[in-house]
Amino acid sequence: MTFDLLLEVKDLHTYFELEEGTLKAVNGLSFAIKKNRTLGIVGESGCGKSVTAQSIMRIIPRKNSRLRGQILLHHDSGAVDIAQLDEDGDQMRDLRGREIAMIFQEPMTAFSPVHTVGNQIMEALFVHGETDKRAARERTITLLDEVGIPAPERRIDDYPFQLSGGMRQRSMIAMAIILNPRLLIADEPTTALDVTIQAQILRLMKRLQRENGMAIMFITHDLGVIANMADDVAVMYLGKIVEYGAARQIFKDPKHPYTKGLMRSIPKFGATEGVHLATIKGTVPVPLDPPDACPFASRCSEFIPGRCDAAMPEAVTVAPGHSVNCVLYE
Amino acid sequence: MGETSLLEVRGLKKYFPIEKGLLRRVVGHVRAVDDVSLRIDKGKTLGLVGESGSGKTTLGRCVLRAVDLTDGEIVFHHDGLSTDLAQLTRREMREFRKHMQMIFQDPYSSLDPRKTVFDIVSEPLRINKVASGKALEDRVRTALEHVGLDLRYMKRYPHAFSGGQRQRIGIARALSINPQLIVCDEAVSALDVSVQAQILNLLKDLQEEFNLTYLFIAHDLSVVEHVSDDVAVMYVGKLVEQAPTDELFTRPRHPYTEALLSAIPRPDPDQPLPESGGIEGELPDPADPPSGCYFHPRCPYAQDICRAEAPPLLEVAPGHTAACHFSQELELQGLEN
Repeated sequence: MTFDLLLEVKDLHTYFELEEGTLKAVNGLSFAIKKNRTLGIVGESGCGKSVTAQSIMRIIPRKNSRLRGQILLHHDSGAVDIAQLDEDGDQMRDLRGREIAMIFQEPMTAFSPVHTVGNQIMEALFVHGETDKRAARERTITLLDEVGIPAPERRIDDYPFQLSGGMRQRSMIAMAIILNPRLLIADEPTTALDVTIQAQILRLMKRLQRENGMAIMFITHDLGVIANMADDVAVMYLGKIVEYGAARQIFKDPKHPYTKGLMRSIPKFGATEGVHLATIKGTVPVPLDPPDACPFASRCSEFIPGRCDAAMPEAVTVAPGHSVNCVLYE
Repeated sequence: MGETSLLEVRGLKKYFPIEKGLLRRVVGHVRAVDDVSLRIDKGKTLGLVGESGSGKTTLGRCVLRAVDLTDGEIVFHHDGLSTDLAQLTRREMREFRKHMQMIFQDPYSSLDPRKTVFDIVSEPLRINKVASGKALEDRVRTALEHVGLDLRYMKRYPHAFSGGQRQRIGIARALSINPQLIVCDEAVSALDVSVQAQILNLLKDLQEEFNLTYLFIAHDLSVVEHVSDDVAVMYVGKLVEQAPTDELFTRPRHPYTEALLSAIPRPDPDQPLPESGGIEGELPDPADPPSGCYFHPRCPYAQDICRAEAPPLLEVAPGHTAACHFSQELELQGLEN
């Protein structure tokens, strides 16, 4: 099975040292991404989804932060531990874009406002060795066409502000995939878009995955989007994965009280009028010096004193490929 | 007919001038809201949906007279009187502001960071000179209790609160003056799902308790379906369909509504988005809309007449209106539960 593995994250910790204490944004995370598959990472804001992505890309500013654990990127010839690389070094720079690329929620922040979209997309080609300007331009136009931008030969010279939100997102996808990365990390790529445009972008990503055979790590808080995109799902809470399984297992048979709570709190179509939604009490706490316990203990309706707050529950396998970190299943 | 309705909007238009050059010559107009009529019954919720740029927020702001309208009537029924708010001067309008409030999307920018919770929540009461001194404090306390905020927080500043709590402060502010109508503009869009459910439940409870009427503007259709009695769909400033919620979602009569429904990602891996179909393209520029039916360039059912003539909004079933030349012929797909 190991030859199917593309990326393996083992016991990853990303801490930020703040005046108030240690912010444990990612706190002991382990998961694997397989070739040509989509791993969905779902959770509410503040659960560490984005920091996980930024840790893999090694774009977390070193100042005040600490990274511990392994991030193994597998090749036919062996594995590279990204966590050990110098984030400004040649090897990491070479890896970014060519092996792992990333797209964000707000394309306006990914693009520089003072350069044309085309030049910014092409830049990766030049950085990674392309010298023929005309060839680079041709390649970019083809790519813009591929991601569904009408009149790409004109649009290539547009500045980001001249494009609509959907077009900007398409351009960012083009920029991310121009070097055929093996892994695309998508951090809430459709959250700022209208539902119709979101559907177009999701379809585009699926098509590109089919054609290019890349793996996708899809980060979102939207359960509907995750259900559509992910083969496997990791549910994150306060820097930890609390449940992991195939999408069907997570959606049809959620085990962790947090996963169950999330599923119940989204409005369902055709549910009887006037019915209250189930809620999870309280809000996501800030993981400042969190106790070594179940991160969900303070909000859990099935909290067991003396057990849930005593230690972090181990992962329990409840079905093949489906694991949950909860004492209820121990 | 008008007995139970709280608000009737008739032929509302809001055009923004497009200015050019040093002399700011008006070279055209953006028809942000273009001849919209709708009605909200007392104690009910009207959901207003559409893509960004469709004019939903502008419509909400016109209803509150937060912006001046270009044309149309906004008839507000209260105490047995019917008043056209569009005809009122700013001074006359003040009396009615007590009855209508707004809840905003972003709980981070809609609360003044330099004011305490007490100042924020009491503001409508002070401005409208409804209460002062002890009475003012009591009203604020009651409002905070209603939204489930700890009274000890009254002297704190907004930065000390989470997004959900901030939204509760915003709701308490709207509620403090006992309004009849609350315009909720993307009121839960910025919140996490578990917190969103808490706020939706709160809005529902408050509606029952105070017989509140909501104009609920949102882009999330599953949220709109959950809270609304009726739903209106806007496209480039025009109302294209309006119906009771269940009917709109199960039996849409406008291709745009069908397209919106088909684009909703369902939280079920066995109901994926369709691999093909759906609508392509984006919302047209409202400053330069297409001819005929504004939706025709994206509509899979468009015929010659759609390019030439704008379809009128007609009743297609009791309480159900749609603006499509073929709403009677087409068998459009709704959602199955």
